[in-house]
Amino acid sequence: MPDDTKTNEDNDGTIPSTMSHGQNVLHPNRENLLEVIKNLREEGFVVCIDITAVDYLENPKRDLPASVKPERFEIVINLLSHTKRERLRLRVQIPELEPTLPTLFDIYPGSEALEREVHDLFGITFEGHPDMTRILMPENWEGHPLRKDYDIGKIPVQFKEAPGS
Amino acid sequence: MSQETEINESHGSETAERVFRRGEDSAILRLSESQVQSYTPDDDRRMVINMGPQHPSTHGVLRLSLEMEGETVLRSKPIIGYLHTGMEKTGEQLSFLQGPTNVTRMDYSSPLFGELAFSLATEKLLEIEIPERATWIRMLMCELNRISSHLLFQATNGMDIGAVGAMIYGWREREEVLRLFEKITGLRMNHNYIRPGGVAADLPDGWRDDTLRVLENLPDRLDDFDSLFTGQPIWHERLQGVGVINSAECLALGITGPLLRSTGYAWDLRKDMPYLRYEEVDFDVLVGSYGDCFDRFAIRLNEIRESIRIVHQILEKIPTGDYKIQDKKVTPPPRSRIDESMEALIHHFKIFTEGFKVPAGEVYVAVESPRGELGCYMVSDGGPKPYRMHIRGPSFTNLQVLPHMLQDCLVADAVAVISTVDPIMGEVDR
Repeated sequence: MPDDTKTNEDNDGTIPSTMSHGQNVLHPNRENLLEVIKNLREEGFVVCIDITAVDYLENPKRDLPASVKPERFEIVINLLSHTKRERLRLRVQIPELEPTLPTLFDIYPGSEALEREVHDLFGITFEGHPDMTRILMPENWEGHPLRKDYDIGKIPVQFKEAPGS
Repeated sequence: MSQETEINESHGSETAERVFRRGEDSAILRLSESQVQSYTPDDDRRMVINMGPQHPSTHGVLRLSLEMEGETVLRSKPIIGYLHTGMEKTGEQLSFLQGPTNVTRMDYSSPLFGELAFSLATEKLLEIEIPERATWIRMLMCELNRISSHLLFQATNGMDIGAVGAMIYGWREREEVLRLFEKITGLRMNHNYIRPGGVAADLPDGWRDDTLRVLENLPDRLDDFDSLFTGQPIWHERLQGVGVINSAECLALGITGPLLRSTGYAWDLRKDMPYLRYEEVDFDVLVGSYGDCFDRFAIRLNEIRESIRIVHQILEKIPTGDYKIQDKKVTPPPRSRIDESMEALIHHFKIFTEGFKVPAGEVYVAVESPRGELGCYMVSDGGPKPYRMHIRGPSFTNLQVLPHMLQDCLVADAVAVISTVDPIMGEVDR
């Protein structure tokens, strides 16, 4: 883990948060992510509904609190509390040069497949994950398809009478 | 380094708690393709066999790697990706208007829910309110789709377990609903009917009578299912006590939908975090008590009855009015306006060539699909295409439960377990 000098933490130690269309979003950093999630779990967020990522390669502008430094990748974790009937989203900035973050497997065992999907399609590694392998793409596939610098590719249309076919 | 996961909230069934481990004592066979080739278990009675991806009972292209000791499954791993077509990547190339065509192909047995999640997310970013009638039409279509999807489950589940008659009955009833869909949307499946801003077209003439006709026949047919299966001793033998899971394990694994409810945990987004107008209709959330295959079968059968109840209420309450928002920046103008208004023609042209622009932002919207929580996470950069479109498919997460359910069960029961988890591979692989 690089020394991030705690840019994500406000002076009073609270996690910076924003509202997005009426939905609560927290912005922890990689260092305090596990601690934040453990506390949230005790507060009643017992289900990890979804983990996904966004590659902000082409679009550096986004809705972030002033204290959070934008990076290329962003991990988006969706938590759900049944007792409060509330959702909470966590967005963690992941730098391009060191795309790693700790796994949530020990807190939510259901994150296993979701983290494998992010690893497969974005090339972000979850440290301590029990099975950090590809899940959707073939094992020997090269590249990570949902990255913005991964071309969609084209299949040339073949016509019977076309010259050179 | 096995680590225990403690669960505080414990409801439902009272079986011994499973512990989710990371090492060799886990229920999951965490071996890659090449490792499986060279894997020789210490005990020579054990072997690793492959099931699928073209096995008739694996619901499409699910493949399982099973470590067996005789007839008993020890560890297993679902291997997926055979239907992966990069639909989330495709979603980034299509405009918001074209988007539903893409997401409708994910969960192909309940296509309208994918369209709904996509449209709700887009509308949230646009901050628009759609007309009341459009909301009720969406509810009507979704509940009918829940009926057809659960009927498909009855058909395939019966076939998997050996009651081939169920397939014929399930398919026949589902066809009635699909015929209604065809009349309303023009297509039996992959409708592209629910779109950002409302629905594609108003309900056609005579829709009310057609819907009532479908609803009239169904209860009797469902009673047939009851007399054929629910009370039948062979059916009980095959399903009761097989593939048991409890609520705490479901929550830990992120399982939603009928699987979670079968453990006695009443959680249904329609009731607990209502969207559309579900707070205005009366229905019950059905729960099981044992969390076994039988409960999952029974819940789906009875959810059809609840959906019929909801559709009857929708028929009473559906208001008149517009079926799509009359915002010319979002939905195309009526055909008749194009002939007389230059402005309408321009708007029409702009929407179909360039698409409409959606303000920058990010949202997550979830709906209760027949399989559980179907979510859509959408990021817009202010352009006419989503910057990122992610679908949280319930089948994908629900599949994680398989190794834990299959552990120590017979290979013949494995078929029943896979069947009652009811994964749709189009949604798993996307």
